[in-house]
Amino acid sequence: MNDARANILRRLRSNNITLENDAAHSSTASLANRPIDSYWNKQQQIEHLTQNMQAVRTEVHHLSNGDWLDWLKRELPVRGFKQVLVGDNETGNRVIQSMEDSLKISRYDRQIENWKSELFQDVDVGITTTLGAVAETGSLILWPDKAEPRLMSLVPPVHVALLNANHIVDTFSEAITKLNWVDKTPTNALLISGPSKTSDIEQTLAFGIHGPRQLIVLIFDHK
Amino acid sequence: MHQTEAFQHRINKALNNQQVRQNIRSVMSSLMLKRANQFPDSEKLELQRTQAQEIRQRALANQADLLEQLEQKLTDNGIEVHWAETAQQANEIIYSILKSANATSVVKGKSMVSEEIGLNQYLESRQIDILESDLGEFIIQLAHEPPSHIVVPAIHKNRKEVAELFHQHFPELSYTEDVDELTLMARKILRQKFEQADAGISGVNFAVAETGTLCLVENEGNGRLSTTAPDLHIAVTGIEKVVEKLSDVPHLLNMLTKSATGQPITTYFNMISKPRQPGEKDGPRAVHLVLVDNGRSRIRLDNELLDTLRCIRCGSCINHCPVYVQLGGHAYGTTYPGPIGSVLEPQLSGIDKLGTLTSACSLCGACGEACPVKIPLPKLINRLRAESVNATYHDSKTPGTGSMRSFSQTLAWKCWQFIYATPFAYRLFSWVATRFSFLTPNHLGGWTKYRTLPKPARKTLSQLVKQEGFANE
Repeated sequence: MNDARANILRRLRSNNITLENDAAHSSTASLANRPIDSYWNKQQQIEHLTQNMQAVRTEVHHLSNGDWLDWLKRELPVRGFKQVLVGDNETGNRVIQSMEDSLKISRYDRQIENWKSELFQDVDVGITTTLGAVAETGSLILWPDKAEPRLMSLVPPVHVALLNANHIVDTFSEAITKLNWVDKTPTNALLISGPSKTSDIEQTLAFGIHGPRQLIVLIFDHK
Repeated sequence: MHQTEAFQHRINKALNNQQVRQNIRSVMSSLMLKRANQFPDSEKLELQRTQAQEIRQRALANQADLLEQLEQKLTDNGIEVHWAETAQQANEIIYSILKSANATSVVKGKSMVSEEIGLNQYLESRQIDILESDLGEFIIQLAHEPPSHIVVPAIHKNRKEVAELFHQHFPELSYTEDVDELTLMARKILRQKFEQADAGISGVNFAVAETGTLCLVENEGNGRLSTTAPDLHIAVTGIEKVVEKLSDVPHLLNMLTKSATGQPITTYFNMISKPRQPGEKDGPRAVHLVLVDNGRSRIRLDNELLDTLRCIRCGSCINHCPVYVQLGGHAYGTTYPGPIGSVLEPQLSGIDKLGTLTSACSLCGACGEACPVKIPLPKLINRLRAESVNATYHDSKTPGTGSMRSFSQTLAWKCWQFIYATPFAYRLFSWVATRFSFLTPNHLGGWTKYRTLPKPARKTLSQLVKQEGFANE
């Protein structure tokens, strides 16, 4: 096996490829470093993001004054959900404190092995925060962690994502810089751009194949 | 059977299957249109393609260093790295990882390199239950067929065929031809598997050396489930997938999804850097990366052919190929069909085995223009054609180089060379050809089956020139 490594590296090193100057110093800088007047303001970012997300059947709501909790309180029972999953953090606490008794609320505070079948079979909705979003592609940025583990935004049939409007950036490249992505290297990082979908049968678009069938984004403005 | 006859046989079979041809034709036109809509500005597209090309060229130029850096970073992050020179070695490594973890059931995300190395067959014959979880791959696994396209693997099947396949394998579920209902069915069937599988296997779209990050592009969520729900994740990838920096990724991702399916981005872009960390509550406890060479480092030794390795597997060349549109993927009989397949497969398996694939090309150039990383596919097809009859490539590293050289073809070209290089022979030949043109046969094998054979004119061009003179000379 170590032979394999040595042999491969030796073969790769035996042809020294010289690049033309352009390729050697290439970067996507000229695409990323746009002129300052082409940056979007917050309103434009929200518009682009919303438009791109709605194009792939994401439900987007703009809530003023951080009303996301009221929205959840009002909408979740109406939509017939029974079991809601929240993170082991302040956001989770706020949801738990404000919900009616008709909803069962679980907190993701155990190792998955202890409750895998419950997560896969019973939970209707997962509510997570986001780190931000990319307006250009209509993508939410998530770095799942101890408080909001990876399966929260994946296994429940509905994913509700909370997005602070001030955390929207124009492009993925800007997000990498702004979030100091290289140095932080999260265990898992995700761009989520809509509900799960497939076109594998006759290129006919169908939603909700393996991941959430519905993605609901609540955008709130909170300084 | 000789490779050329075998290919001809598959071509005839494909051309006679009107159903499949119709399925493929309609999908390819829609994919071409969707891609075109994503790149409305042709000048900007050129710039974007050049930039993607440069990122990939830079990665290939520094490939050994980057692979070492990737290995170091992944190891630091807690991911174990394995190196495989051949398909056999890669399969053995994956099997031994599964075995030492006592894993017997595996869910798998879509991965072309796993098709290339024949992983499913290898593991199945060793009593590992391996399930394809991408809907398209799931369908063809049920049908025991290979993929017919690298991005949309089950595209040769229409909804009726899928409905019948599901009904046959899951008779307890009611028959339906509705795509939404079929999708829901697959969701139900596979959900349980995701929950219970011991291990997940996936491919990799980009492996970032700078951070030790494995990037996966997908729409369905099966890739995320395969790499998150089981306790063990094994990623398998070709050694050419390494890129230098995280900042290289956004542009390649952009070009990949737009070129592949005309989407501005896929639903999920999944970036994995570490196994489950202390305190984290899910994700695999062990993550492995298997780096597969299988001929790639040999391809890289040739300064012309190494452009093949720039490929990001978007399938755009396939979607734009007029030959693929007529034949579909199965006629090629290989893992990778279409233009990239005709270039890559003979290099991986040898010209003596698959060199004939390069004949399935009219050199129209559409593939080269559609390629987001500017691989000169027509040039490479031409190069491999020449190499297959050993024109000037005596030192080529490609296996089977020169193996398609035939005595009659060589003789014919030698005669042509002699006639065109010798004035006397040329004059004699043209005298005979013009006088005895009536002797030209009307039927000449397959060529005249669909075409009229041109007959030599009564007068040669030089006679006409002497007679008329050049108008603008």
